[in-house]
Parts: sequence; C-alpha cells; structure tokens
Amino acid sequence: MSGIDRDGAALLPSPTVVEGRRVPLPREPGTLRAFWRRLRARRSAVVGLVIVVGLVLMAVFAAWIAPYDPTETDWGAVRAAPSLAHPFGGDEVGRDVLARIVYGARASLGAGLVSVALAVSLGLPLGLVAGYAGGWVDGAIMRLTDALLAIPFLILAIALAAFLGPSLTNAMVAIGLSATSTFVRLTRAQVQALAAEEFVEAARSVGNPPWRIALVHILPNIVPAILVQATLTIAAAIIAEASLSFLGLGQQPPEPSWGAMLNVAKNFLDQAPWMAIWPGLSIFLAVLGFNLFGDGLRDALDPRGRT
Amino acid sequence: MLRLSAACLIAGVLLSTPLSAQTLRYGMMEDPDALDPTLARTFASRMVFTALCDKLVDIGTDLKPVPQLATAWELSSDEKTLTMHLRPGVKFHDGEPLNAAAAKFSIERHLKMPGSQRRSEIAPIDAVEVVDDLTFKIVLKAPFAPLMAQFTDRAGMMVSPKAAERLGDKFSTAPVCAGPFKFVERVPQDRIVVERFPDYWNKDQIHIQRIEFRPIPDATVRLTNLRAGQLDLLERLAPTDVPQVTRDAKLKLGSVYELGFQSLLLNPAKAGSPLGDPRVRQALELSIDRNALNQVVFNGEFLAGNQWVSPKHPNYVKEYPVPKRDVAKAKALLAEAGQPKPQITLSVYANSEAPQVGQVIQAMAKEAGFDIKIQAADFTTLLDMADKGNFEAYLYSWSGRPDPDGNTFSFLGCKTPLNYTRYCNADADAALQAERGTVDTAKRQAAWKSLADRVLTDRPVVYLLHRKLLWAYANKLTGFVAYPDGLARFTGLKLN
Amino acid sequence: MLQFLARRLALAVPTLILASMIIFALQQLLPGDTATALSGEERDPEVIAFIRDKYHLDRPLPVRYGYWAAGVLGGDLGESIRLQKSVSELVAEKLPVTLELACLAMLVALAIGVPMGILSAVRRGTWADTLANGVALWGLSIPNFWLGILMILLFSVQLGWLPASGYVPPSESLWENLKAMAMPAFVLGNAISAVMMRHTRAAMLGVLGSDYVRTARAKGVSPLRLVLRHALPNAAIPIITLGALEFGQLLSGAVLTEQIFSVPGFGKLMVDAVFNRDFATVQGVVICTAATYVGLNLAADVLAAAVNPKLRRA
Repeated sequence: MSGIDRDGAALLPSPTVVEGRRVPLPREPGTLRAFWRRLRARRSAVVGLVIVVGLVLMAVFAAWIAPYDPTETDWGAVRAAPSLAHPFGGDEVGRDVLARIVYGARASLGAGLVSVALAVSLGLPLGLVAGYAGGWVDGAIMRLTDALLAIPFLILAIALAAFLGPSLTNAMVAIGLSATSTFVRLTRAQVQALAAEEFVEAARSVGNPPWRIALVHILPNIVPAILVQATLTIAAAIIAEASLSFLGLGQQPPEPSWGAMLNVAKNFLDQAPWMAIWPGLSIFLAVLGFNLFGDGLRDALDPRGRT
Repeated sequence: MLRLSAACLIAGVLLSTPLSAQTLRYGMMEDPDALDPTLARTFASRMVFTALCDKLVDIGTDLKPVPQLATAWELSSDEKTLTMHLRPGVKFHDGEPLNAAAAKFSIERHLKMPGSQRRSEIAPIDAVEVVDDLTFKIVLKAPFAPLMAQFTDRAGMMVSPKAAERLGDKFSTAPVCAGPFKFVERVPQDRIVVERFPDYWNKDQIHIQRIEFRPIPDATVRLTNLRAGQLDLLERLAPTDVPQVTRDAKLKLGSVYELGFQSLLLNPAKAGSPLGDPRVRQALELSIDRNALNQVVFNGEFLAGNQWVSPKHPNYVKEYPVPKRDVAKAKALLAEAGQPKPQITLSVYANSEAPQVGQVIQAMAKEAGFDIKIQAADFTTLLDMADKGNFEAYLYSWSGRPDPDGNTFSFLGCKTPLNYTRYCNADADAALQAERGTVDTAKRQAAWKSLADRVLTDRPVVYLLHRKLLWAYANKLTGFVAYPDGLARFTGLKLN
Repeated sequence: MLQFLARRLALAVPTLILASMIIFALQQLLPGDTATALSGEERDPEVIAFIRDKYHLDRPLPVRYGYWAAGVLGGDLGESIRLQKSVSELVAEKLPVTLELACLAMLVALAIGVPMGILSAVRRGTWADTLANGVALWGLSIPNFWLGILMILLFSVQLGWLPASGYVPPSESLWENLKAMAMPAFVLGNAISAVMMRHTRAAMLGVLGSDYVRTARAKGVSPLRLVLRHALPNAAIPIITLGALEFGQLLSGAVLTEQIFSVPGFGKLMVDAVFNRDFATVQGVVICTAATYVGLNLAADVLAAAVNPKLRRA
C-alpha cells in the first residue's frame, strides 16, 4: 500500500510493502485483452476511471463549463450564499465559486500529473542504475534516497517552494523532487528481483551489454509496477499540491486552485462555509478517483497478488 | 502501543506546571520575539511588555505623554537638554530600586548594547547624566521632537541593572523590569506566563493575579476559543468577525484606529517598470476606490486614508483630503504616458488578508487598463526583497508610532533604512529635518504640510487604509480601555 | 544477527549526515537569512550586520556547516536565534506534545484499522469486506486539512463541544488535554487507520491461508478462537513492524494537522522556523525526526529479520 495521505507526507509509501512484490507484465497479446477485461470487471476501478476522466474533461473544457470567468469579481457577491446566479456561492472578493472549482481542476490535476511525471523521469533512471549497477553507485544513490525520505516531506517541499519562489509550477517541481525517492526505491527493488530471473540470465549469457539488458529486458517488465505506483502517487501529489497552496506556496492569486481556495475559506468558516465545502469535496473526489483506479489497476495487473 | 501511549501521557504530565485561578488568558496573533526591551522588535512583544516593563512615560488617549515611572520633566529652551524626575519608591521585580543610576544604565543599554533595536530610535542622545538620586538629565546632540514619544515605548522601558548585567544578552530568558507583573515562564509558541508583582508602585490598581499570553495565529480560531471560554481577551479580531461578536451577548468589543497605515509602495527605480513614470503611479492611485476596498475586505471597519497618519489624527494635513476614484482620468493619464496597459507585479504577504487586498486592487486597476500580477510570499522573502529594492509594487503595513516622525522619517528620508523605494527628494528631506528639529506645534505642522506637498505628488508610497485595532473579550472582564498604540493595559482590569 | 545489525547501523549514519547536509544546503538557498527575519520592523542596518556577524551568517556555506556539525558532535544542537533558547531544550519541550499526538493518533488508527482489517480478511468478499475497503479508501482520500476544517466547523463552531485549538498540558487538566487533542488525533489517525486496515487484512489473509490454520480449522477449533488465538498472533509481527514505520512518519507527518489545530509541537516549530530562517531549529528538529525515522526503520528491519532469517542477507 502506498499513497498514504496524512498531511501530504503522502509521497512516502511504506517501502517494505511496495518493494519485493513484482507485478508481472502480461506478455502475450492475449493477456492484454484479459487485463482490460479484469479491469472492467472491477466496479471500483471503473468508478475511479470515470471520476478521473470526468475531472480531466472538466479541466480541459473549463471554459465551456464554467458559468463565469474564474477571476471576475462582483462586489455584490462577496461571500454570497449559494443562489441561482451563483449555485456554489461567492468567494471572499465576490468571484463565482463554481467557476473557480471548474478551473481549479486544471491546477490540481496538472500538479498531480506533472509532478509525478517529473518524479518518474528522475526516479526510474536512477533506480535502474542503482539496481543494475550495484556496488558503490547503488550505495550512493540509495543513501541519497534514504536521506531525502528521512526529511519530513512537507518541510522539504516548503523549503523547495520557498527557494524557487511561490508559484504553481514551482510547487509541481517541489512535489516531483520530493516524490522521486519513492520511484528510485521501487525501480531498484523491481530490478533486483528481475535480475535473478532466468530470462535475464539468458540474455546476459548471450553477451548482451548491460545497458541493453536494462533497457530492453528489464525496463518493460517493471512498467506495470511503476504505473500502479504512479497512479497512486498522483492521488498523493494532488493532496500535496493542495497542502502547499493551503500554506500559500502554490497557485498564486487570483488564479484558482482547490487548495488555495480552502486556505482562504478557513477564515470564513462560520460566515461562508460553502467556500470550504466545495473545494474540499473536489480534492476528495479527485484523490478518491486516482486511488480507486490505482487499486483496480494493481489488482488487474496482478490477479494473484490481490491482498 | 498502549503502553507507549501511557508513557507519552505521563511524560506530558511531568513536563508542565499547574495553573492558578484569577488568570487572564490573552489570545495573541503572534508569538512574541525576545522579551528584552533593547532587543525586541515585534508588535507582539510590546503587548507583553505592557505587563512586564513600565516606561518613563505612558501615552494618553490623546497621544500626549503622561507620567509613569517619571512624574515630571522639563525641556531646556534650546530643546537640547531634558531633565526627568523619577517616581520615588519604585522597585524592580528583583527588589532593586529604580533610581537615576538605573535609568542611566537602561538608556545607555538601549544606546550601546550590540544588536540594540533602540539605538536608531534615540540616536540623537549624546549623554545621560545623574543629577541626584531621582533626577537625571538627557543631553541631545540636536533638538529631537520625537524623544518623549520614544520614551512611551520600549526606549523608555527600565530594566534592573543587576539582572541585566548578570544575564547579558540572555536577559530575555528572565526579564526583570518594573512593571505590574513579573515574568514566570515561557513555553515558545505556546504561552508566556506572568504574575502580579506585589511591590508594584501602583499595585492597588492591579486586580488580576496572572496573565497567560497565548499565541494563536488564526483569527477565526482565536475567536472560537474566546467563545468557548478558553480565552478571556483576544487582540486583532478579524474585521469580518465583528458582527459575530456584537451578536454574542457574552462578548464585548474594544476598538481604536491604529497609528500606522496600509500602503502601496511603488518603486520607480525598478528597471523597466512602468511605475518609473509619475503619471502611471498617479493613474494607479486614481484607479483604486479606497472605500470599496475597505468594504469588500474589511466589512467597512477600517478607515480610508491617503497620508502617513489617519484623517482623524491631529497632524493630518487637511489640505490633502482622500482622493476619489477616477477611472476616466486614470485612463487618460495612462494614454498620455503612452502606456495604456502597464504590467506590474504586486508583492503581498501570504497571510489571510493581504492577498485579498491585492486581488481587489488588481480588479479595480484592471478597469483603468492595468495588468497586475500578484506574488504572495512569506515575510522573510518579502523583507529580503524589500531590503534589496527588488520589487515593483509592494503592499506594505506599518504598525505606527505615537509621533508621526516614526511613520515618516525612516521611510521618506534619503538613505533611511525603511525607504525601500529609495525615494530621495531635497524638499522632503528638509521637511523631515524641520519636523524633528522642534517641539513647536505650528512649525511642525508646517513641516508636515511641505512633506505632503512632495510625497503625495511623487507617490513613492500610496497610503490606502488605516486599520481599526479590534479586541474581543468576555463580558466578565471589566475596565478595558483601547489605547491608540494598540496595546492593552492591564492596570484597572478586573475579572469578575 | 549482530553482524546484520552492525551493517544496518553503519548504513544509517551516512543517511543522517546526508539528510542534514541536504536540509542545511536547502535552507541557505532560501531568500533572506536569520538577520533579515530578525531585524524587525525598524530594519536598522547596524543590527542586521551585528546579527550576521554574531551567528557567522556571512561565512561560506561549508564553514557554517562545519560550525553546526562540530556542535552536534559535541552534543550541542545549537541555539534558536529567534527564540533565544537552545535547540535541545526546544526539542525536549515540543517532543512530548507531538509524541502524545502521535500516540493518540496511532491508538485511533489501531482501534479502527485492526478490527476492520481482521473482519475484512475473515469475511473476505462479503459486504463487510467491501465496507471495510470503502472506509479505508475514505481515510486515504480525504485531505487531512479539510477533514480538520470540517470537524472544527461541526464540533467547535456549530456544536461547541470541542475546542478548535489551544493545547492544554495534561498536568493542568487531563480532561481538557484530551478534549483539545481529540480532533487532531482523529484527523491524523484517520488516514493511518486505512493503512493499518490494509496491512492487517494482508497479514491475516496470509496467515489464514497457511497450513497450520487449515489444520486447526480441520480439528474443529471455533472460528473466533481460530482468529484470535491462532491467526492474529502470527499476523501481529508484520502489523507491528509496519505500525512502527507508520509511527515514525506520524512524528514528522503531523505538520499540517498541528498547523490547523495550533498544536505547539514539532511540526509547528519546524514550519515557523523555516519561515523565520531559524536555521539551527530547522536543522535540529529535522535531524531528530530523521533519526527517529531511520531508527524505527532499522527496528522494523531488525524485527523482520529476526522473524525471517532469509532477509538478513539484504
């Protein structure tokens, strides 16, 4: 299990659980279809997929869905209660909360996807090198990863975001860098498990160079595990982005982000609770979607390992 | 795990001390910094000092100095020598007497201690001389009008020479002053506890046994705690929460307009900034509706202003009333300047209110053609940026000083430390030298007028609002008076 | 076994040194320094220069790291410039608070997670399993700070049952203390309960499928007795191991929860210190949490290795 989301400390999975279990790739073409069938058979996975796709569509077509410009202010609607004109109410400077929720999906999903992409693109090569090369290279990479994991995630992210300057892009970088260790450890563990397998031995005995073995024989086999971890980490990254925005280190005003909206809303809990309820619900939904889908993906890829 | 939890609990029990009755629990916005009057630098620590450290003079509700540790004072006719007479029989918390020698020690400590935050406030002091046991003379290098006002604040606080010598720069860990309460303990970020000093010179007026200062940064949370009975008094109530307090029969509200200001610093020196053109700065000011800003963000509780002191202050320059919003004129000015769509970055502190103010200004200025980008950052980042002059527009607040000199000299004089926009104008500088050079009211007012002539046209600073300082307290607390310096006094307070 | 322990310990040292270097270097990259943060409203240039000089802030990075590291080796974590207190004292003062919060949160997590995990393993595939998984997903997906806000809204603002914040030491009033800790502990424990439930479920499923449980079942041992006496003790080791790891993360993971409920613990100390550029405090607290984290990991590994000798080669 991973994607533990307490406080966005989230990106630190319990490595002992993730590592060591190798998720095998469906190698023959027929199994790919079987995998899709298994995925569809899991109702929760389908629900997750529907939520994720729905939110992605909302983010992409925000301009058509939102009833107002998300930054347009209306002094008459300052902290206004939900009404026909503003179904989700108005915010602290009279903007439409619904419009901001719709546009806010861009920041949240974008942050989830981009930061995890960054973490994978850094973590995967490092993990491959560490796992396959072994020796002092492995030692150096692993000590660095351990050190990063030992620093409380949010502190690392706050320091990075403060150093880079508060902005959504920099928050993504901060989250991505903080999540890299997870992928290094996962990749390395998978590589080590695979390196002992017969087909790798065989490839080695025919004289394939190490880089070729790593890229052609090992990499494709660890993709499923990475994919599962990535999906679950997206869920955690969305929360991390919200946490940083909640501390004022993410999306800059007036652009909307769910975390930033919550940050302001906490000052008006008594007078304008709708300002807190909708963005929180949106984060919950998005994270739930990715978690459901990630769980389903893992089960479908590894029917035996269903725990 | 159970056993571990039990161990944790017991550890917690052993690590803290009990609490007695008749305690005033005071909810504050920030955790104060060092509790040493010489080194302290925050508004929060001043709130605690009103309990711990008495000053030579206090400030009256009319902003004039009134006796506290000093009962009388005379200024020589050349305004260069101030003679002060101390109250007889005053003791420090350690039993040491407060005499002229102790006063001389305290003032010299403010002047000479390495890292002193007070030195610049009273720099014109040349020497302190003991006349007799209870009289001392302050000799100035040049006439310095704000001196008495400085003595109403930390520069006028007296510390026990014995304790100060013993503790050195660790004085803040166990401050020993001559205030109504003495220091008991401090748990950083959690509480500061003080208790009634039985030998206080005005002890008959002190009815509270203990005060617990509790930092709770979030205004909503402070109020929730007050309503739940976990606090008796809180400062800096959010203006948007005023209706909740007035509605609640168990709570009372105290308020006073601050001595400081909220302003927009415009940096013409920032390379490539459209703000280099005075017409653009004027257009920006004209695009802002101060009253609407006040209404939207602060429920109309604050006061629109355009100068370093509020329109209600005796030194307000009446020739320059608060300007009205004029979008058409702003557009015309931008067109004249050849910059119909100027792009400006506005830096704000990432707290709960400043980004809101920034966004309202952003929306208002947009109607005149401005494209404002907001950058919210933590305060250290902002200070670093301000120190280096590395900003275009900066939403800046100043807590204010009793004498208007404290709101102007360091901000508008050439090469002064708070002059973040590097404003330097010979006329303005001369006006500042003139106002601090005399205590004559008419001459000073003329100086304020000529300062306004320059500054309100050059606009290195656009003054926007003056906050209303708001306290909420349980109605069992009586005798509360809102002082203009924003600090609650504990003299005369009663918990029934 | 001893050799294994020694090897693991040897690995922990460079990890901690690296962690301290990373956080040290990172802090120096932040805009402004302690002097900027501490020179106050007045910003007297002489004061700024004095602070920089006094705390060696103007020296090169490696030199400053040297000062700090030398102090740590001598058992001195340095002094918080802002709070004018030694970092060791601060740690001793804040650790019990965070420890209490973490303990209570762990209790919440175990109280929810373990029974649910057992239930869903024993009744695998039934509605109970589905429900337990649903609760776990809720715990994993709900943002902590939002749950905190909602709870404040309900229990403090609407009902007025619990204080929104304000830590009360247990010595002052144990009841008030528990009341103040109830919400933060639940919020923090809620997320872990999902993890504990999943761990428990996995461990129980593994044990329930083993030969000796099947034998016991064949012998006619009652289902309740089977679960409690035979299966659970065997499943307990991985649960405890993983629980220890989670606990390590709780200590460092309570940052936002402490922020929302104004609990004066480690997390709040750290965040405030980062914003005030109070380097020594950040450094000291991070090293303590990192050491706890590494230590608990080590303990978990050792425990796992003690049970499963095959792991000792790792």
